[in-house]
Amino acid sequence: MALPNVLETPPSGFNFENVFRNVALEGLLEGGRTKAPKPMKTGTTIAGVVCKDGVVLGADTRATSSEVVADKMCAKIHYIAPNIYCCGAGTAADTEKTTDLLSSNLTIFSMDSGRNPRVVMAANILQDMLFRYRGQIGAHLILGGVDCTGSHLYTVGPYGDIDKVTYLAMGSGDLAALGILEDRFKPNMELEEAKELVRDAIHSGIMSDLGSGNNIDICPTRSQSLKTRGKYTSIILVQHLF
Amino acid sequence: ICDFLCIKNTRGLRSQLKDSVPVTGLGTQIGAYGVQDTLRSGFSSVKNELLPSHALELSEKNFQLNQDKMNFSTLRNIQGLHAPLKLQMEYRAARQIQRLPFLQSSHLALDTLKGNDESISFEDILNDPAQSEMMGEPHIMVEYKLGLM
Repeated sequence: MALPNVLETPPSGFNFENVFRNVALEGLLEGGRTKAPKPMKTGTTIAGVVCKDGVVLGADTRATSSEVVADKMCAKIHYIAPNIYCCGAGTAADTEKTTDLLSSNLTIFSMDSGRNPRVVMAANILQDMLFRYRGQIGAHLILGGVDCTGSHLYTVGPYGDIDKVTYLAMGSGDLAALGILEDRFKPNMELEEAKELVRDAIHSGIMSDLGSGNNIDICPTRSQSLKTRGKYTSIILVQHLF
Repeated sequence: ICDFLCIKNTRGLRSQLKDSVPVTGLGTQIGAYGVQDTLRSGFSSVKNELLPSHALELSEKNFQLNQDKMNFSTLRNIQGLHAPLKLQMEYRAARQIQRLPFLQSSHLALDTLKGNDESISFEDILNDPAQSEMMGEPHIMVEYKLGLM
């Protein structure tokens, strides 16, 4: 309860003061006309595939707020490190903030030690962070990247469970995308073939799921041995024609 | 010190937490005669006191303490009693390097010892004490800290 006198500075981090008030308000609102605002979910299809010299990640671009499309061009592929990218499904704000924190932590690490971050470090940091909050942070993430030990693709669930796989789909449209991936995935594919596979997987997710739609973002993360001009990763936007 | 900093986030054994901090974080301010101090902390409600309002409230309150307990316990098992003792002595010394309670202190020495200067978590972003909406009255805060209240 709000006191006129503060006896010591409140601790930093999450603040649970308003939880009782929110519970009481929700009880009042359900009987009335108005509803409590719902968080924006991404209602997504995201997919990732490990190919010969790297990893290809793909995502759709629709963000929904229960039945309404809240954002038609939402960026779901987040930058973690020059060699690591992460797709996020679930509550939009949670994925955004968690990947931001992860990126900052890895930058501090690489400035400190002078080394490029590895994908397994990113996965462990996420695991610790998400388990600490017992799934209250609704972030379903696909983490993919290339480092000195090779190319890796991890999935991290909201409770902190990790799986290391070669092809993956998550989000509400994951079953449709997984069908395409299961059918056409081959180990050690070429980059262009992998990009097409991911594009078709996201496409089938968009077609079969109401929560996914609009456009497809594809992000290939290539190993440094390929000689490329300028930046060696780029997010390619594929327009979806209805 | 290097060894300790490497095991900052151990997923420790359950057995190490046998005697962890008990769940009394939700208790009210006890005033004179062991009763709730209504003047200073407002009215009390049994429901507020018994049940944690949010699933994470207790776990977050005790989180740092539990982590430290686990780490010290593991360190004691590996290196002997002297290791946690020396570290805790350093922590105590570093914790005293701060300003009066109503002013912002940077806790630089303590953060460096604990390794918090190399990581960012929600504690650094949310609820920054430097931007707190409430300002404590200086005299009351100092009295509370010294235990005179």
